[in-house]
Amino acid sequence: MAAGRQSGIGKFALRQAGKLALLLASACAVTFALISQSPIDPTQAYIGADLLRVGAEQREAIAAYWGLDDPPLQRFWAWMASLLQGDFGTSMIHRAPVSEVIVERFLSSFALMIAAWLLSGILGFAAGVAAAMRRETWLDRAIKWYCYALSSTPTFWAGLLLLIVFTVWLPIFPVGLGTPAGVPAGDVTWLDRARHMILPALTLSITGISNIALHTRAKLVDVLASDYVLFARAKGEEGFLLFRRHGLRNILLPAVTLQFASFSELFGGAVLVEQIFSYPGLGKATVEASTRGDVPLLLGIVLFSALFVFAGNLLAELIYRWVDPRIREGQSE
Amino acid sequence: MPLLEVKELSVTFTQYDRGLRRKKATAIQDLSLSVERGEIVAVVGASGSGKSLLAHAILGILPRNASVGGQMAFDGQPLTASRIRQLRGKRIAFVPQSVQSLDPLMRVGRQVRQAVRAGDPAEEQRMAFARYGLAPLTERRYPFQLSGGMARRVLVSIATVSGAELIVADEPTPGMDPAVVQETLRAFKTFAENGTAIVFITHDLEAALAIADKVAVFHAGTSLEVARAADFEGAGDRLRHPYSRALWRALPQNGFAVPDLGANEPLSRSAVGCSHARGCALATIECAKTAPKPRELRDGMVRCYHAT
Repeated sequence: MAAGRQSGIGKFALRQAGKLALLLASACAVTFALISQSPIDPTQAYIGADLLRVGAEQREAIAAYWGLDDPPLQRFWAWMASLLQGDFGTSMIHRAPVSEVIVERFLSSFALMIAAWLLSGILGFAAGVAAAMRRETWLDRAIKWYCYALSSTPTFWAGLLLLIVFTVWLPIFPVGLGTPAGVPAGDVTWLDRARHMILPALTLSITGISNIALHTRAKLVDVLASDYVLFARAKGEEGFLLFRRHGLRNILLPAVTLQFASFSELFGGAVLVEQIFSYPGLGKATVEASTRGDVPLLLGIVLFSALFVFAGNLLAELIYRWVDPRIREGQSE
Repeated sequence: MPLLEVKELSVTFTQYDRGLRRKKATAIQDLSLSVERGEIVAVVGASGSGKSLLAHAILGILPRNASVGGQMAFDGQPLTASRIRQLRGKRIAFVPQSVQSLDPLMRVGRQVRQAVRAGDPAEEQRMAFARYGLAPLTERRYPFQLSGGMARRVLVSIATVSGAELIVADEPTPGMDPAVVQETLRAFKTFAENGTAIVFITHDLEAALAIADKVAVFHAGTSLEVARAADFEGAGDRLRHPYSRALWRALPQNGFAVPDLGANEPLSRSAVGCSHARGCALATIECAKTAPKPRELRDGMVRCYHAT
């Protein structure tokens, strides 16, 4: 039995690795195809403001040096070959290796995304539980109304609203950036960073909250109508005890899974939110890379985000496999 | 004084018909039943006759759209909604009909232990499992790893470890193999001998007769007869109601006579007359017009004009 389980895990890992390889390969191909068809002229983007000082001859030299005149397929293979050696190329905007830029930007984005992810997960779960336990009361109606309102609110609009309220009317939080302006990097405290992160994290978590709250509410309503909860009531369990014994464990797993699977929305949301708050993260880097034609950086970010979303989905699946006894012990039977 | 007394119980559901028109459906009507300490009362009837709803009414777990009429009393005190909430799980235990009643994500041993009210939970649970022939390893299992019969034995364990004075068991035996059925019934009998009152709801007349002191024959939402178990013998001549007699004679060893037992539908649709009037050999015009009231007869109850 143990051997059977081992091979089951091996098979699972192999299948996931295959999926990942296929995903990354197709992400590379599609992104490369789209960018080679885009109106961005890499030479132009590279030269930027130095337009007047660079002559036509020099531009041709740059294009030849980069191999821009080669057929697209050949350029694709050249890019892939260096990619496989770990060379993502050099970012034109930042004049630094793409991998370095991504790592640096991701670290500041990561703090933002984790904060928003935890906030939406915890608040959403609690709101969903409260709504289901007090079903058909004013509390339930208020939470549902809030969720529907928020899930039909565009993130950027919610962000602007928060900006108006909390930086203009009530100047509690800074308007933007990741650190205070005009303060040397060495003097920036942990508290400064946290204060700059609150509004963006709040904005980013808003849509996540309604998603997880509505899902949790529906699931808990189902659980509360189940035979085992009816039986638990007949055994004299009620209120919080009933929820802790039979509600929590039966709704936690789907909620956690959903939350891990929401990495794609998290990343997509970060792009918008970082733009609104001028927060120096990966999302903002994405927008800059695409508007200013930084092709190597854009390709790098696309690959990285695909990996990030894949990791979220993989975690969701692993948690389900290892935590749900129906799957975990069902395999070893 | 009976431990549980149910008088003129009725259960009515409010449903929304097409659009917003409200419709009332009566599922139980004018039902009376009493159980003494140490007594096993079997409630026997076909599925759909309202047996489970009786159990749910006693435990106070009817759906929200149900309304309950009549009186119930436990140990001499009125069994109100708030009193039920205090008693269930402590003095009143329930064996549910559905095997889905076990929490799918909790090991069954733990589910049994949570029901223990006095003594060492683990010890009580192991003793109960041993009593119903469940291997010690079973306590580590999740419900999805159990057969239907095993799950029912776990449910019976949960009811019996609570030390309740009244056990309401709703179809506790289907899916068990015959030897285990016998074992479970014997365990109920032992509990009754030690003073526990048991309401044993079943469609299996034979199983009911094996342990019950009294049998209430249920049809279309009410009891047509309450007989002593000993009355079910021979050709059923000591039975009071023609329906009970037909039920008894339909058993394989009594000739397998399959009669037309009449529609077993909710009362609202056949509200007038005796629910057994159609298909009853004794039926007269009177039977079709008004339902007979329950009356005492030979140390039992019957709801029939023609019973003697």
